[in-house]
Amino acid sequence: MNWITDNKIPLGDWMEAFVDWLTFNAAGLFDAISVSLEWLILSMVDIFQMFPPFVPMAMTAALAWFLHRSIPLVIFVVVALLLILNLGYWQEMLETFVLVLAATTLSVIMGIPVGILAAHKPWVYTILRPILDLMQTIPTFVYLIPTLVLFGLGVVPGLISTIIFAIAAPIRLTYLGISRVPEDLIEAGKAFGATPFKLLYKVELPAAMPNIMAGITQCIMLSLSMVVIAALVGADGLGKPVIRALNTVNISQGFEAGLAIVLVAIILDRICKAPGAKEEG
Amino acid sequence: MTSLSSATTTQATDMQEHVSAISIRNLDVIFGNWSHDSLRMLDAGKTRQEIIETTGDVVGVKNASIEVQQGEICVLMGLSGSGKSSLLRAVNGLNKVSRGELLVRDGERMVNIAECDANTLRHMRSKRVSMVFQKFALMPWLTVLDNVAFGLEMQGIDKATRRDMAMEKLKMVGLDEWHGKYPHELSGGMQQRVGLARAFAIDSDILLMDEPFSALDPLIRSQLQDELIELQKRLNKTILFVSHDLDEALKIGTNIAIMESAEIIQHGKPEDIVLNPSNAYVQDFVAHTNPLNVLRGRALMTNVEQLERRDDTVVLDRHNNTLVTLDADGKPASASRNGQALGLQHWEEGQDLDQIQADQLMITTPDISMRDAIEIRHRTSLPVLLCEDGKCTGMLEDDDFYHALLGKHFNKETG
Repeated sequence: MNWITDNKIPLGDWMEAFVDWLTFNAAGLFDAISVSLEWLILSMVDIFQMFPPFVPMAMTAALAWFLHRSIPLVIFVVVALLLILNLGYWQEMLETFVLVLAATTLSVIMGIPVGILAAHKPWVYTILRPILDLMQTIPTFVYLIPTLVLFGLGVVPGLISTIIFAIAAPIRLTYLGISRVPEDLIEAGKAFGATPFKLLYKVELPAAMPNIMAGITQCIMLSLSMVVIAALVGADGLGKPVIRALNTVNISQGFEAGLAIVLVAIILDRICKAPGAKEEG
Repeated sequence: MTSLSSATTTQATDMQEHVSAISIRNLDVIFGNWSHDSLRMLDAGKTRQEIIETTGDVVGVKNASIEVQQGEICVLMGLSGSGKSSLLRAVNGLNKVSRGELLVRDGERMVNIAECDANTLRHMRSKRVSMVFQKFALMPWLTVLDNVAFGLEMQGIDKATRRDMAMEKLKMVGLDEWHGKYPHELSGGMQQRVGLARAFAIDSDILLMDEPFSALDPLIRSQLQDELIELQKRLNKTILFVSHDLDEALKIGTNIAIMESAEIIQHGKPEDIVLNPSNAYVQDFVAHTNPLNVLRGRALMTNVEQLERRDDTVVLDRHNNTLVTLDADGKPASASRNGQALGLQHWEEGQDLDQIQADQLMITTPDISMRDAIEIRHRTSLPVLLCEDGKCTGMLEDDDFYHALLGKHFNKETG
């Protein structure tokens, strides 16, 4: 039985060779992506920081009111944001928010078309499904290493890792939504002379919208759950104080930073969720 | 109340231009991937079951040929799985035609849906043929008004124009006040009215209706049937209507095509179907229908030749000694019962039945509906005399009505 252990299959070496090959051959490309994404995120953070804290606060509260017409929610949003400001995590909160926003936007921009394609071409989904499963089950730290190598230290590997983790949600739910559009609605669209394009954006997408919205909400929450891990590779945000607290066994800092993350999560969840649920009524 | 089916039949005969709106010849529709093999098996006379076992294909329609004239309501009737919906859906290309010809009128020309390209098909769907669905198929995220405007939106008409046009059609079905609501806020009957308005909105000549009223409760169903008949009279659309309910078919159909296991087994006027069912399957359907609105005097009457004669006097009812005297042309001149003279009075369809008095022998045409004839018989307590071209041709008595109501009229010949 020794030969089994003696002749180790060099899977890891192959992967490393592949990543090396990528670094060697496509370094320019990865650098370009890295630089431009980093610039985008940092300048967005800068823009948000130009305003005094009450401006984003008022905007969030207004958005909550506009979408839900719920006074308790508006009060909660304001109080939670004031608490974050008071704890001294305003800047980190903004950085996290921008990271989540960027990761979600990119995931949605890439994920929805892939989901639509998968719903229309069954073979695409057959190929896609194991890949999505892999992306969601493989431990995050594992792909943190190659992204770190490819994109260098900073916010971009964090962003890429977040996207890898979160993009499955919009893909899966778009796929689900589009493939579950009632057959008679599709037929009605066809019967009234819809072109394939009109059928997609006048029938299929509106019909799948509750699912797609759920996918986006899920994507936001998954992105947020990655902030601590993103901080490991140097992304700024609320993850950093958590890591720092862990390294210094600082209970009070860990608790406060953790609380700030939870508050951001609740705000995002409450604001994003219901517009989809409203249509069910 | 005059019978609705008789109204449509007269209307259809009035404008008999004999212009085909839909012309279907030897049409096969097969669902599945092996339609060549399946067609070969079909030609070899194999049954649906044998084909599904060998190739896995389902035969939807087999060798169907049917002409639908402009302005006609043609009802495709049959049990579920008989292929009626498959045939209907082939007309606007929702089902692909496997073989045969399917011509649909496009202005002056006929377009063969079976082999036209995608652009032509889209043109036909957006301008010529519209559809009403069994489960309404309204877009839940659109308001009632925007649902009605849906077909116009597909044509790329701008929002303001299409909303104006949609509003007009919404008024037509009496739902203009509901324009801002969403479909789920409406009852089933109202939702189907919206479906109807949506189909009317594109001003197509041909309407395909796939069991549009089956999902509604009976009262609403009957109401919508009446409305459809009214609208059809006003707008003169050609309607291909699928139904599994013979009563519905008899009520609204100008012609009825009965389908059984993918084939059209009988095609004719409602009365023909009821009087001469072509096989046991149709007979079974007919036995469960109400003949009151369908059958006419001609089919039920006892011929004047069969009645007992005493010189120029004909005995209508021996028991009460009801006699009618005919002149040399065979025209009724006078009538009496038990020696007492009776008045003679003419009645035509549409006249008020309440005006009829007892002891008046009513003279009418053989085209009278069974319902009206019974009403007259009931009011006068006398037989009903039927005359055509001034000549007495027959009469209707209780026996004739009972015969029809008990479904024993199958073998009685028309005219």
